[in-house]
This record gives sequence, structure tokens and C-alpha cells, in this order.
Amino acid sequence: MEKTEDKNQQPEEEQVVNPWEVSAKDGGKIDYDKLIDKFGCQRLDQSFVDRVQRLTSRPPHVFLRRGVFFAHRDFNDILDAYERGEKFYLYTGRGPSSEALHLGHLIPFMFTKYLQDAFKVPLVIQLTDDEKCMWKNLSVEESQRLARENAKDIIACGFDISKTFIFSDFDYVGGAFYKNMVKVAKCVTYNKVVGIFGFTGEDHIGKVSFPPVQAVPSFPSSFPHLFSGKDNLRCLIPCAIDQDPYFRMTRDVAPRIGYHKPALIESLFFPALQGENGKMSASDPNSAIYVTDSAKDIKYKVNKHAFTGGQESIEKHRQYGANLEVDIPIKYLNFFLEDDAELEHIKKEYGAGRMLTGEVKKRLSEVLTELVERHRRARAAVTDEMVDAFMAVRPLPNMFD
Amino acid sequence: MGYSKDQLLARLKELQIEFSQYEHPVVLTVEAQAKYVGNMGGVLSKNLFLKDKKHRYYVVSALADTKVDLKVLSQRLGLGKGGLRMAPEEALGEILQVPLGCVTPFAVVNESARHVSLLLDQGFKSQKCCIFHPLSNDMSIFLNAQGLDKFLKSVGRNPSYIDLEANPPVGKDQPPDLAAFVPSDSPVLSDLPEKAPPSQDSTGKSIGAATNSAAVTAKAVKPSGNAQNVKEKPVDSVRPSIPAADAGKFVEELLDRASALLLSEISEDSIKQHGGQLGDEVANNIKKCLREDLKNLATIFKNTAYTEGFYAGTRYQPKRL
Repeated sequence: MEKTEDKNQQPEEEQVVNPWEVSAKDGGKIDYDKLIDKFGCQRLDQSFVDRVQRLTSRPPHVFLRRGVFFAHRDFNDILDAYERGEKFYLYTGRGPSSEALHLGHLIPFMFTKYLQDAFKVPLVIQLTDDEKCMWKNLSVEESQRLARENAKDIIACGFDISKTFIFSDFDYVGGAFYKNMVKVAKCVTYNKVVGIFGFTGEDHIGKVSFPPVQAVPSFPSSFPHLFSGKDNLRCLIPCAIDQDPYFRMTRDVAPRIGYHKPALIESLFFPALQGENGKMSASDPNSAIYVTDSAKDIKYKVNKHAFTGGQESIEKHRQYGANLEVDIPIKYLNFFLEDDAELEHIKKEYGAGRMLTGEVKKRLSEVLTELVERHRRARAAVTDEMVDAFMAVRPLPNMFD
Repeated sequence: MGYSKDQLLARLKELQIEFSQYEHPVVLTVEAQAKYVGNMGGVLSKNLFLKDKKHRYYVVSALADTKVDLKVLSQRLGLGKGGLRMAPEEALGEILQVPLGCVTPFAVVNESARHVSLLLDQGFKSQKCCIFHPLSNDMSIFLNAQGLDKFLKSVGRNPSYIDLEANPPVGKDQPPDLAAFVPSDSPVLSDLPEKAPPSQDSTGKSIGAATNSAAVTAKAVKPSGNAQNVKEKPVDSVRPSIPAADAGKFVEELLDRASALLLSEISEDSIKQHGGQLGDEVANNIKKCLREDLKNLATIFKNTAYTEGFYAGTRYQPKRL
């Protein structure tokens, strides 16, 4: 049952989660159970993870195993259809508001790459340069430039060019895409969109008319050069849970214009270094690990700025153990340390006080450095021509191979 | 084969950048240049070509009057107190491809200067007219900061201006404010035997193409340096370079990683532990550890090859009937 969120009725102290703001109640932790409840999506339980493993004949991605991607809408339909031999396509995106990408930004892309490889399906990636131009008041040129720069980091995540189409709104909106935008727009009243996104009378009309732009990539007919004749193709959208409002709106509209509802698979927020009270912020360099950070930067940030659950003194720590609930290094390792056994061991020893914070931080620095290094090397291989090729409106004949 | 003065001037005209030019006898210093163009209403620039201990290069372009303290700059870049010095003459020709006395921000148009960091004096922004050498010392060109920006953007550079005279404290809690200007993946040019193959004639480059335009040059311009930022690295990833669509290099990289891992797996202990089964054990470990890494390398290889094909395809001439 879809619940529509009425932002205007929110009492002040509630947590706020929407595409432009994420904050917990009283500066505490985000309550994900409440969020799932309020949004009306489903928990992704272990049975899903096992089913994915069976269907793809490979170990499930670390984000699935650790519950990073924890909620969904209709993912079971996608899997049912897949089992019957019906493919689907992936849709994800990025709002290019800054050149500085941090690890939190990479998470949906890392997971999407896994999905592309595991299920052997095509992918469209939307760069909402128009959105950032409007919301962040960037010039058109600057937002387009950022879109291209971000595209390079996205490509560096390892997407297969023969199955991936990257597009920027400023370049691509028009034609069939725009026709779908109008169809969607006709189905959403002004009041509805205010209710979902919280627009006010002071907001400019660009903002009010933006939501259809992010909605229509869910429909295969928006990409006639890719999916012509495949109007029945389903769409799966991996994203962070704050994007849910866009797609609630989309799912509401889809059946009314004769399309499948897109399915969603949603992730937690990647906590800031300073602690679990919101998202990382691209404007505070010490709240996040950036893909351009050197090994030295990473070590410095982890050592100096990561919020830990370790006790104040070694004696106290050995006695009481660490508070794993709030410990950021443990949370980060949960995201990025592939080896389940090693993670369990660290949690056990650290929680019991036998392992010290310094050791955990050291291991985290190693893991993050390796990740960032690998990304940087891949990024170095991305040329402007490669970006052009990924973004060219061209057929992808082997997209399901 | 570096960009020539004429090619640069043509490019500026193509980009519709407003500028004027003035020819004069060859000058090697700002003082000499001032004699010819000092009274024409523009502000002279001084340009330094610097190098740090890790063979990374920087062009510092400032108003002639701005005080540039190399010690301060070095700290602000995070290179320590004495990390910056003037680059040797050979580097001028090899990297910037300009003659002596001709350092200029325009030199970054050259492929060889791809990894040179450019630091621009914010003082340029408030001047109506700044004077630079257009890749040759027998001419000076006059343009404003916007014109310079437009040019830099057209070659894929993001112009950023800084206060060169500032002297902020750098310490444990104040990270070096210019650290972002240190090139992160520069090749070690001092022992680089292979240079980019003579790039396609610049006339072959499409207008306004980014620095790494021609797909042909995309092949060999990958950083193949052996030195890298200092860090503790696991033994199987010593080489930082990514082989481009060069099958030979690609295979070498794969073999290097596999053999490095293989060697690390075979030790007295592991032989004792596994005996005859060591082969199986090692084979499994190699597959487990390298699978993802090698797939990533293969995807990069595939993407690069596809891109080269795509680029060629967009420029192919259909058969004449």
C-alpha cells in the first residue's frame, strides 16, 4: 500500500528525509524502521539475498549481505520476472552539485555495477544537471561541466560501455523523453507535488516542474534508441532512500499512463565521519573521505575525525569494550570490508575490549585507501572521448548479453 | 611536437577570445619584456616553472608585482618547507615545450604538460589586461582573466585563482590549503623513456578539443611511472598504471599481478602446511583474490577499445559511390 507523505503535517521534532534534506530527530540516529513504515516500502530480508545468490550464481554483493541496501519496492516482481526469462533494466543517477565526490556518493554506483554484472542487464544513468542548476543556483555551463566531471568518476566505478547509457538532462531532454514528461506531469496536481516535496509559493516554477524529469527514465519508451519495441521492459532503481519521494510519485502515475511501476532497491545513508546524524556533506571536507584523498589524507581523517565508540582510557576500554552502535570505523568497515569472517572477528574483539580503537582505525585506513586507490587508477583511464562515447545516443545491441 | 605560437593564436581566435598581440625582439626576462610592452596599458606577468621532490611540476603565473615566496608556497602545497625549486631547463623543453624565458600558462595546451599543476594569481581577475607570452618569447599577448579562463577550459583545465601572497599557518589542525593543487597521478618524467607519440598534427585535432583529444594519443599517454605516492600497499598491486587498449600491456599487467600473488602464496610455511595440495590451494586463492581486480581491468580495457572504435566511427568517411 502506497502511503503518500504529507510534509506539511510533520511536527517539528520528527526526522526529515527528502531529496534535499536529511536530518535525524534531536540530532540522533536516523530511525530506518520508522522510515520504512512512513514511506511504505518493504524490508529486504535474508530470503531476498539468498534468492539473488541463487538466480545469479555468484556471491551476493557485500552491501546486500550487510543490509546496506535494506528496503525495496517490488523487487520480488523483478526477480519473479527474471526467473521466467524476462529481463529488466537498471536506472540510477546523480545530481552533479560538486566536483568532489566522496565515498557515500559511490555507494549506489558500486552496487549498480554489481547488479549489472550479476544480472547482465543494461543501465541508464541520469545526470540531473538541470536540477542542480536550479537548486544550487549554478550557471548552466557550470552544472554541465560538473556533470561531465562526475561522469568520469561514475565511469571509473567499472560500468560496461556496451551496456550503459549516461545522459545529462540538458543534453537529452526532448523527443520521446519529453513526451513522457508531459504525460507524467498531467497526472500530478500542483497540490500533490507540494505535498510530496514541500514546495512553497516562494519556490520558482523550475523546481515545481522538475519531478517528472527524474520520473521518466523509469519508462523504457523514454529511450527509443535503446528499448524501442520493448514497452513491457521492467525497471529497477537502486538509490538511497531519500530519493523515495520521486519514485512514489512515479509509481502512482505509471499505471495511469499504461506503464509498469518501477521497482526500487534502497540503501541506508552513509554516515559522516563525525557520527551518525545525517548524510556526509560535500561542503565539509572533514566529514567525508573523498575519492581524491591521498593515503595520508585518509589516515589523517580516520584518525582525527572519525567518531569512535572506544572508551576514554585503555583500562576502561579493556573492561567495558567499545560501543559498536556508534562507532564509525566499525560502521565503515561494515560497508567496505569484504571478508565477513574478518569483520565478525573485529567486532567481537573490539566489542569485548580486547582490540583497541587504533587497530580498528588502522584496518579501516587500509581498506579505504585500497578502495580509493583502485578508483583513482580507474579514473585515470577515463578520457573525454570515453565520456563522449558513454553519453552518445547510440544503440546497445549487446545490452542483455 | 608542441603547440606553436601560430596555432595558439589561431585557437584563441576560434574560441573568440578577445586579445591583442605585439611582436618584439626575443626577451628572456620580465624586465626586458617591460621595455617593449610595459607602457601599453596591460599588466605584466611573471611565470615560474617549478618542480617538487617527487618530480611533479607546477606553473605559477602571477602579476609581476606579486610577491611569491617559494618556501611558503611549498608549505601551502603540503610539500614541507623546502619542497619546491625551479625546474631544470630540460624540463622546460620536454614538458612545457617552450623555450627558455617563455614560461606561460598557455603551455598547458601541450599534451606533455597534462599533469602540470597551474596556479594562477587572483590578482589577474581584477586587471583589465594581462600580458603573457604565447608560447614564444618574440611576442606578447594581452587579454583578461576571462579570456584566459575560456582558453583553459577549452583544453580541459579548470582555472582556479589563489592569493599567492597569503601565508596561512600550516600544521596538524590546519591542513595545507593548496594541497589540491598537487598533481596526484603524474608520471615520473625524469626516467620516462617513452613519450607520447608525436601527436596527430594539431590541424587534425577538432576545434576546442580537450587536452587528451585524439584517441590515438589516448593510448600511450597513460601514466606509466614507477614511483607513486608513498603508502603501504599489499604486494600484489605495485604497478599503478592502467594499460589502455594495448593488449600487450594489458596482458603484462594481468600476469604481473597473478605472479606477484603466486609468489607471495608460496613460502616455506605454506609448503609445509599444504604439501602436495599446495597447487590447488594457491590456485583457489589466486582466483578468489584476483577475480574482481582482473575483471575491473578487463572492463577498463574493453571500454577503452570501444571508445577508440566509437571515436573512429564518428569520423569515418563513407565510401564514395
